[in-house]
Amino acid sequence: MNILIENGRVIDPGQAVDREATSLFVVAGRIAAIGEAPAGFVADEVIDAAGCVVCPGLIDLGARLNSIEAELAAAVAGGVTSVVVPPDADPPLDEPELADRLVHRGREIGKARVLPLGALTLGLQGERLSELAGLKKAGCVAFSQAKVPVVDTEALLRALEYAASFAFPVFLHPQNHWLSRNGIAHDGEVAARLGLAGIPVAAETIAIATIVQLVRDTGCRVHLTRLSSAAGVALAKAAMAEGLPLSFDVGVHHLLLTENDIGFFNTHARFQPPLRTQADRAALSAAAAEGFAAICSDHTPVGADDKLVPFGEAKPGATGLEVLLPLTLKWAEQAGISLSAALARITSAPAAILGLAGGSLAIGAAADICIFDPAAEWQLTPEALKSRGKNSPWLGCRMSGKVRRTLVGGRIVY
Amino acid sequence: MHNPQLNDRGELTHLLSTEGLPRAILTQILDTAESFMEVSAREVKKVPLLRGKSVFNLFFENSTRTRTTFEIAAKRLSADVINLDIGRSSTAKGETLLDTIDNLCAMHANLFVVRHASSGAPYLIAEHLRRIGRDDIHVVNAGDGRHAHPTQGLLDMYTIRHYKKDFSNLRVAIVGDILHSRVARSDIHALTTLGVPEVRAIGPETLLPKHLDKLGVHVFHDMEAGLKDCDVVIMLRLQNERMNGALLPSAGEYFRHYGLTPQKLALAKPDAIVMHPGPMNRGVEIHSAVADGPQAVILPQVTFGIAVRMAVMSIVAGN
Repeated sequence: MNILIENGRVIDPGQAVDREATSLFVVAGRIAAIGEAPAGFVADEVIDAAGCVVCPGLIDLGARLNSIEAELAAAVAGGVTSVVVPPDADPPLDEPELADRLVHRGREIGKARVLPLGALTLGLQGERLSELAGLKKAGCVAFSQAKVPVVDTEALLRALEYAASFAFPVFLHPQNHWLSRNGIAHDGEVAARLGLAGIPVAAETIAIATIVQLVRDTGCRVHLTRLSSAAGVALAKAAMAEGLPLSFDVGVHHLLLTENDIGFFNTHARFQPPLRTQADRAALSAAAAEGFAAICSDHTPVGADDKLVPFGEAKPGATGLEVLLPLTLKWAEQAGISLSAALARITSAPAAILGLAGGSLAIGAAADICIFDPAAEWQLTPEALKSRGKNSPWLGCRMSGKVRRTLVGGRIVY
Repeated sequence: MHNPQLNDRGELTHLLSTEGLPRAILTQILDTAESFMEVSAREVKKVPLLRGKSVFNLFFENSTRTRTTFEIAAKRLSADVINLDIGRSSTAKGETLLDTIDNLCAMHANLFVVRHASSGAPYLIAEHLRRIGRDDIHVVNAGDGRHAHPTQGLLDMYTIRHYKKDFSNLRVAIVGDILHSRVARSDIHALTTLGVPEVRAIGPETLLPKHLDKLGVHVFHDMEAGLKDCDVVIMLRLQNERMNGALLPSAGEYFRHYGLTPQKLALAKPDAIVMHPGPMNRGVEIHSAVADGPQAVILPQVTFGIAVRMAVMSIVAGN
């Protein structure tokens, strides 16, 4: 099918393209041309993108798909065309057969692409290795412990050595088990006031320091997920400057919120890792603005009953797939970042981390495209979300930026 | 930010924390408590202020002593008191906290006195009541996790005012396990709101929350230095489970450094008073000679506590 997307502002951060009122041509599921029509092009379908931005489909580096159909529909409604799925499902994604089933189910549903992370260790127990090569063959794009720390440092060393042998990338959430196991909130002023057990910044920095040393020793390619502190960012940046094969991301909520948003025990502001101080938020924002960090939704659907409990008993996390784009735009506006630079953090940057060809509108690339109206306002209500997860600290707030159309492989899926 | 403790007219409708309450409301509670002191001395110890109202004591965590003082206070206000030991009933059967609340609302409760092991639980209940439009039901926090124990904080303020008359020239030291103490947090906020110029926290770093200075508190690790020239010394209870482990090596070492002995108390002002929220661990945080000595006001605290709880319940239910 030939699709013409006309009159849109075409932004492709990876190729430094930003052109007003331009046509984009899709032929047989691939980008065929930008600007001038390819020879003999006859459109089967024309999408008028006047007033809209046409950009690569978003690649989300972390989203949980508890109810896969609803969440993949939520993904494309949020302009997300590829979803990296952490392995902390029930059961954990530690067998090739489970990964195979997930990938097939994703294809059947035919919305966003599903990119599973295989469990690095069996049952995420941090003890015995999973069959990494088998998981890779079944479609896993990398390996991860989700947010479960590997307590045994020798087990972590062996896992990275093994992954390095096959050049498999590993996603690790840097969180020291001992310093985080009892904590509820950032070990700061708000936790002191509210009487909440603290998680110190050292929980993150100690884990990063350990991982960086093991990367230095093994050469394993490691991506650090969901950094939360200025000190953590400094360590990760220093390791990258050293030339180590390291990258990192931040959750979009951590770019906009701090411990103060907990207010009077607002369970929607409970996150893992915890929201930290204004200085930490500023450092995360700077890391993203300077192009060091990718941004992801860390989409975590949580049922209402799991948030209508005392703060310390509430499940952490927020719904994210449908707010990743508007919140990234909000961050860009606050931080004074160009639209193109902001979109890079959720398109080309995650593609580079994954080593994928996606996240680009290059000629010949798969036509994974997001078309959104940056000025359109909408109110975040439970009904406005396709995700089963209605848990958000932004409920009731106005969002700027509405996705109008999403294409995956040249198919209009939203 | 919307203050969940106050109604649209700025009056106290729930007592959840001493933090964020205006000085005028704290003073109103203390003045009202003073007027109730006389009731407890009468032969018929009752006033009809809460006649026909139902006070539910919801103790999700056991505390016979606190529950009893609330029960006495409610009965002196002529309320009907229902004690629910929830720890052993509904939640044990899997019912959620808010389901329990909905059920009790259907039984025409007027006031919930809530004790819960999780910080913030009374806020959750107050917020829920607002959401379902039951602003006729009031919540009094009787201790939530490490967060707050506002009636204890207020009775401590009552005690200080009773003996010292004026808050504006005092040096108050709070000694011990502040990290895990809801009493300490409630005392700190009330003291700073009432205008005490110097509040000190004394304890080892393992028992002090980070950033305590941001609450307007001067931190001391050396008890001798911290007690110097104090007018009021508030001792905190050290829980048994914290005595031997990663926080403290032993009860003995704790007592040597942070136990209040007559020698250490001599460093405070000669007329300093010694307070303790009870129950005391003699020989752990306090020496018997101090606990039973002339400067201790620990038992009067308990008496004042009844009047303060009467004041709080009559004010919230009256607003």
